[in-house]
Amino acid sequence: ASQQLVGVVGLEVHAQINSNTKLFSGSPVRFSAPPNSLVSFFDASLPGTLPMLNRRCVEAAVMTGLALNCTINKKSYFDRKHYFYADLPAGYQITQQRKPIAVDGVLTYSYFGEKKRSQMIRKSVQIKQIQLEQDSGKSLHDDDRSQTLIDLNRAVGLMELVMEPEMKSGEEAAAAIRELQLILQALGTCQGNMSGQLRVDANVSVHRPGEPLGIRTEVKNINSIRYLARAIYEIQRQIDAVQSGRAVQNETRAYDSKSVPMREKEGLQDYFMPEPNLPALIVYEDNASLPTGIDPSQAVVVQKIKDRLPELPGVKRDRLVQTYGILPEHSFTLVNEDGLMEYFETLMKTTQREPRKVIGWVTNELLGHLKQRDMSVSQPISPAHLAELLKLQETGRISSSAAKQVFQEMWRSGGKTAWQIVQEQELGLVHDSAQLHSICQKVVDSHPDEVHAVRNGNKKVLNKLIGLVQKETKGRADPVLVKEILQ
Amino acid sequence: MFFFFYTDCPLERLALVDFRTKQGLECLEKAIRFADQLHVVDTTGIEPMDSVLEDRALYLREDTAVDGGCAEELLKLSRKTVEEYFVVPPGNIPLPKKEERSSMLKHSEL
Repeated sequence: ASQQLVGVVGLEVHAQINSNTKLFSGSPVRFSAPPNSLVSFFDASLPGTLPMLNRRCVEAAVMTGLALNCTINKKSYFDRKHYFYADLPAGYQITQQRKPIAVDGVLTYSYFGEKKRSQMIRKSVQIKQIQLEQDSGKSLHDDDRSQTLIDLNRAVGLMELVMEPEMKSGEEAAAAIRELQLILQALGTCQGNMSGQLRVDANVSVHRPGEPLGIRTEVKNINSIRYLARAIYEIQRQIDAVQSGRAVQNETRAYDSKSVPMREKEGLQDYFMPEPNLPALIVYEDNASLPTGIDPSQAVVVQKIKDRLPELPGVKRDRLVQTYGILPEHSFTLVNEDGLMEYFETLMKTTQREPRKVIGWVTNELLGHLKQRDMSVSQPISPAHLAELLKLQETGRISSSAAKQVFQEMWRSGGKTAWQIVQEQELGLVHDSAQLHSICQKVVDSHPDEVHAVRNGNKKVLNKLIGLVQKETKGRADPVLVKEILQ
Repeated sequence: MFFFFYTDCPLERLALVDFRTKQGLECLEKAIRFADQLHVVDTTGIEPMDSVLEDRALYLREDTAVDGGCAEELLKLSRKTVEEYFVVPPGNIPLPKKEERSSMLKHSEL
């Protein structure tokens, strides 16, 4: 019997540092600026220019390292990685290969299980290291004229995060990247937009435990988390097919991937050498370890950065569970979706209902509609309006099913209040006993057989009678009251 | 010390020395033997020096924009530009093949 195949996924993440200027030069960092307008002599690698390290980038790397439970190397070094390409005018990239600024961290993440969708699975992946490095420029290929256009604006600071190949599937990889994105955004060290600020490369392989890894495929430049999961899944499927000797069907590869046999992993061109223009980077543990007379602008103190760390997503989730008594699964969804947590907390301020009753509306109804139309939380129904709808339901003015209907209508009409819709569509529950009584009497009179069955103990038929009453009232009768009256 | 031949050795390509010829090999051996002198020095317990700046402090710059905006000057340096982009050939220009190399190097010791 063939053993179960196990996926092996290793991720390499390049996160653009959120800073005003570049890593080694004082040129501004700006999105969508005219080509080469943000380039200094150093960025163009003119001879005689020297790198000047940006303090903010160092702090960003330390902050990110601390948030990911890394050991911060008090002394780290810069190296040159040589390779030839037109968007790297110096012929080398300044990076940290020997001793990077942070090592040995952990990223914990969760995701909803496949089999039981409401079950959350917690996993963790080790972060091998975080290093500071330059980004290259951008190349635009003009195939028609057989030339390439180079824009050197992009040579900003990057944090490269290398994760150990401990993940097994596209699902795990996607969840890990989502968590990383949330952490980086909470820290403010990277804005985390996957179409450029957060670049993910995945190495994907499949093997039977105990056997050596076979084909390994590398996927680069994935620009959304959903595609990340899909691409990895597809590749694993294909590798499995090839290794099992089955023919691979003709499928269009939508992702920029190539198969790399294991042996040829190391690039033949690039080699490393210490960066001779930069001394070692020293960061200090705390104020006590600062050398006397040092200029404070020249000292990066780890303890100070640790004290300034903002609330991380994991802590946020725990806080929501503690404060509102909701399930971890719910708080996970709240934190995972942009703006949903803020929406929920605003809603809780205006409503008297219990959090556990409200959470379903937010994570199911609201989120469901948003996802269907691919919208963000700021639209259609404000927390105040939703609070009003919930109040109507709680005070018995409308039934649960009517509430859902009203919700739909509120969504569609974009701005009408719940009460407006209830009145317009006559969805309010009928509480008038006299009216209900007469309707019930009518039903009872016209269905003598059913009444007989109920009298004889058949309770199920009672439901049928209730159903008939509901039909008469177009679903507006208070079901509890109807039951009482009929009995 | 022993040598073995790759059909495509990275070092060979970068050094532009042909390892297949007797002369090329002798040149390589000479170079390595020259470097062997380093072993004479006892370096146990000493961190390798990788920069003459070992006693200097790395200067940290403030994150304020003071540079950039010299697109015009820089673009002037390029032979070909198109709408503020530098224009380059579509890929790397490969190193000369072995045959071409030998004609280029026919006057040198190598």
